[in-house]
Amino acid sequence: MNDTIVAISDVSKRYAGAVQPALAGVSLDIRRNEFFTLLGPSGCGKTTLLRLIAGFGMPDSGQISLDGKLLGQTPPNLRPINTVFQSYALFPHMSVAENIGFGLEMLGQPRETVRSRVTEMLRLVRLEGMGERRPAQLSGGQQQRVALARALAPAPKVLLLDEPLSALDLKLRREMQIELKRLQTETGITFVFVTHDQEEALAMSDRLAVMRDGVVMQVGSPENLYDRPANLFVAEFIGEANFWNATCLERSGAGGRFAIGTSKAVMPVAEAQGLAEGAKAVLVVRPERITLGAAEPGLLHGTVETAVYRGSDLVVHAALAGGGELRARLPGSIAAAGLIGTATGFAFPADAVRVFPA
Amino acid sequence: MSTVRTSPGLLAAPAALFLIVFMLVPVGLMLYVSTLERGAFGGVNWGQHTAIAYEKLLFERDLAGQIAFNSDYIAIILRSFRLAAVTTAVTLALGIPTALYMASLPPRRAALMLFLVTVPFWTNLLVRNFAWILILRNGGPLDSALATTGLVTPPLDILYTPLATGIGLTYSFLPFMILPIYVALERIDRRLIEAAFDLGADRWRVLSRVVLPLAAPGIAAGAILVFVPCLGAYVSPELLGGGKSLMIGNLIQAQFGASRNWPFGAALALVLLLVLLVALALLASVKRRERLAS
Repeated sequence: MNDTIVAISDVSKRYAGAVQPALAGVSLDIRRNEFFTLLGPSGCGKTTLLRLIAGFGMPDSGQISLDGKLLGQTPPNLRPINTVFQSYALFPHMSVAENIGFGLEMLGQPRETVRSRVTEMLRLVRLEGMGERRPAQLSGGQQQRVALARALAPAPKVLLLDEPLSALDLKLRREMQIELKRLQTETGITFVFVTHDQEEALAMSDRLAVMRDGVVMQVGSPENLYDRPANLFVAEFIGEANFWNATCLERSGAGGRFAIGTSKAVMPVAEAQGLAEGAKAVLVVRPERITLGAAEPGLLHGTVETAVYRGSDLVVHAALAGGGELRARLPGSIAAAGLIGTATGFAFPADAVRVFPA
Repeated sequence: MSTVRTSPGLLAAPAALFLIVFMLVPVGLMLYVSTLERGAFGGVNWGQHTAIAYEKLLFERDLAGQIAFNSDYIAIILRSFRLAAVTTAVTLALGIPTALYMASLPPRRAALMLFLVTVPFWTNLLVRNFAWILILRNGGPLDSALATTGLVTPPLDILYTPLATGIGLTYSFLPFMILPIYVALERIDRRLIEAAFDLGADRWRVLSRVVLPLAAPGIAAGAILVFVPCLGAYVSPELLGGGKSLMIGNLIQAQFGASRNWPFGAALALVLLLVLLVALALLASVKRRERLAS
């Protein structure tokens, strides 16, 4: 079931008076029934792209199609796409039930259908019996659920969510992340979720697109983006990582051997395509892939400066011999006391390394 | 330094004093005057109490001293209410679209429109109403302009009719309708409008289901700001209505002027005040019930 529901092809958009385009030639295929996330720092164009899908504004160039049909100039009210707004945008003069029923009523559904669907939606978002309240009488989390129910009630083909969790506190956020995922699975509606929070994106998405400056940097599954970032930006934006300047000493097959920093540490790398011998490079290694090793010349070693016990793991910071820093997540069973201040060797498997040209 | 403790009552004293001096005292004085005997040459006979001023609202004494029902004053009061209501309705019909248009403009142009709406206030009300005499009179610009279209045959004979009064009132009070509605519209969160579009509402239903209900407080404020002063309007009916469509404001003025019946004038003013207070209290209670219901 990998068929495309929203196809975005070469979409560009520049706001009047802006120097930089908000979107510069974005192409994406969003698949039916998936939880798709647009992830990026503020100003990367993710919200602009969401608004173009909703129909608030038209692309300067490029096309967006829904279910194989070009959306073109179709206004937002005629697109079977609904949005959960960042500020919820609940109608303050209507009850919760009226808010949820609004979209159905606009579709011309008979009163009875609207009523039963509203009850069903209230149950879906676990707000039974709250239908007669006003939005102002609800907590932030409850308002969030009403906004979700309102957008889901007309059973849109695609649900757009514009940073809907950003106003909630951490605990509620975690709850809503699970809740959103449940709603997506239960309703089978395609969710397009916008966020700047990479943890949230990893936790919820089937696939995600990382954006920067109006350009898509990489698209893929959370595992794919975490383990195999396509560029330094994605590697830096998603998860934690060590970044070491290195020089390619030798190439053999797909991989090679690299000297880290100015030290004599030479580490094997499984994949080093596109880098010639003698080329400057940046090695990227996730902290949890690092293990303790022998503190010998020619291997990676340094002095442990801090070691913080976190229960499940021990977070170690070390100053590498020959310059540079190292951050590792070691198993929690290793004693911190024995590490601090001592020269310690570190190791990582050759396939844990991503190499990018410096 | 010690903290000076001030009771809330003391803090409210200036406002209370203002209300007492400029509100309670005059109203009390009016109430008192309305219960006095009129003086033969204007003024009142202090200390001589009678209810005749209130009796006069509904009854008249013929030469033989018989009391008979007299609907003249009731008719004037009713006409005043009718004219005020029609004026409110017309200013609503003109004011809502104007305010909607203004709210849709970019800030710079909206500020210019706001300025244009308030420009008439720079000229004296009397002068502006007098200008309408020149416009509306037979052979005036309106008359000749309409005559060239061939739709009507001159003279129009608009001036010195209730229609002329209505035109004058509408013109004078339109800004009081536009401004509060514009302010209410301006305050509406644009995202609510986007949300309504997003949920499938067309322009008309965005307007009727979201924009206007949210602007309701502004619309109510505009309606009150137009209706209340309209009811007691003096200048427009005096200048444009001629003697034929007297309104309650003119009637009251006449009692303190030519008719030399201060008690009756005071009684009329008090009845007007009372009717308005009751109407506003009803409106407020309806609103409160709505709020409680929600």
